[in-house]
Amino acid sequence: MVRLLEKKVCLVTGASRGIGKGIAEHFAKEGAVVYANARKPGSIDEWCREVAFRYKTRAVPVYFDVTAQDLMKKAMAFICSEEGCLDVLVNNAGITKNELIGMIRQETLQELYETNVFAVIHALQYAARIMRRKRSGSIINLSSIIGVRGNRGETAYSGTKGAVISITKSAAKELAPYQIRVNAVAPGMTDTDMFMEAAKTKENVEQNLAQIGFGRLATPDDVAEACVFLASDRSSFITGQILGVDGGTIL
Amino acid sequence: MDNRKKYQEVFQNVFGVDETDLNEDFTSDQVAGWDSVTQMTLITELEDAFGIMMDTDDIFEFRSYHNGMRILKKYQVEI
Repeated sequence: MVRLLEKKVCLVTGASRGIGKGIAEHFAKEGAVVYANARKPGSIDEWCREVAFRYKTRAVPVYFDVTAQDLMKKAMAFICSEEGCLDVLVNNAGITKNELIGMIRQETLQELYETNVFAVIHALQYAARIMRRKRSGSIINLSSIIGVRGNRGETAYSGTKGAVISITKSAAKELAPYQIRVNAVAPGMTDTDMFMEAAKTKENVEQNLAQIGFGRLATPDDVAEACVFLASDRSSFITGQILGVDGGTIL
Repeated sequence: MDNRKKYQEVFQNVFGVDETDLNEDFTSDQVAGWDSVTQMTLITELEDAFGIMMDTDDIFEFRSYHNGMRILKKYQVEI
């Protein structure tokens, strides 16, 4: 059976857990050469070995904090020298902080924007420079349903995810002449540690479930499947789009 | 091929000029067609030719044939 991402060189940021881990694994399953990023050195070495063995491909850990621009650049240069190209970038690494209006601290804004926005632009820039050489590539940014529709208590966070949408649309226009596609995935509430930490109580989770048409949280697999599609040649004429993966959520 | 020759060839290919045109006056202010799109093409070609990846600040500063040589020195490329 032909795998959708056979031999495509892919970098997934924030791949140590949750959605990013799901994306990296699905990419490997589809035959991609996966460069999986995490912050803590050594933390995903074993997982990468297992994934590579299971799916008969290569999975390489690359350790850097996405907010450290120089380290990110080094990682991109490393991939470029090893593989000669970069076919897919998934800007997944992100953080969330919920603070009500009146209690949003500058420190929170700084942290949110550095990780969720500035790092996305930096990674996109470096990746695009590599992709231009081959005149092809797919960049997938992780936004959020909150970035599309907004939510109480998430003014700061929603701003960052809304920015990701605008960045995606502008970059798609600018990079189209080089056949580089830029799309975003906007997951709804997803069953991850990050979501559970933000939801805090079981009651809050149940309240959230009532807002989802399908009656369940999204899984990292649901989001990863959308990313596989956008990374693959099946979406070769799709760019500048925001793909919701939210099971019919009403916010 | 030596580095000087490689460097010149990139400029010649990107701007469609002769070797003799490459002098101190070859700057983004003086050369018609040296816009931001050409700038990125130039940088990509230079990075390919010398196997380097420049910092964003250096790309921004790379505005002349002569200044470019100084910038490349930072990446251990002697022209």
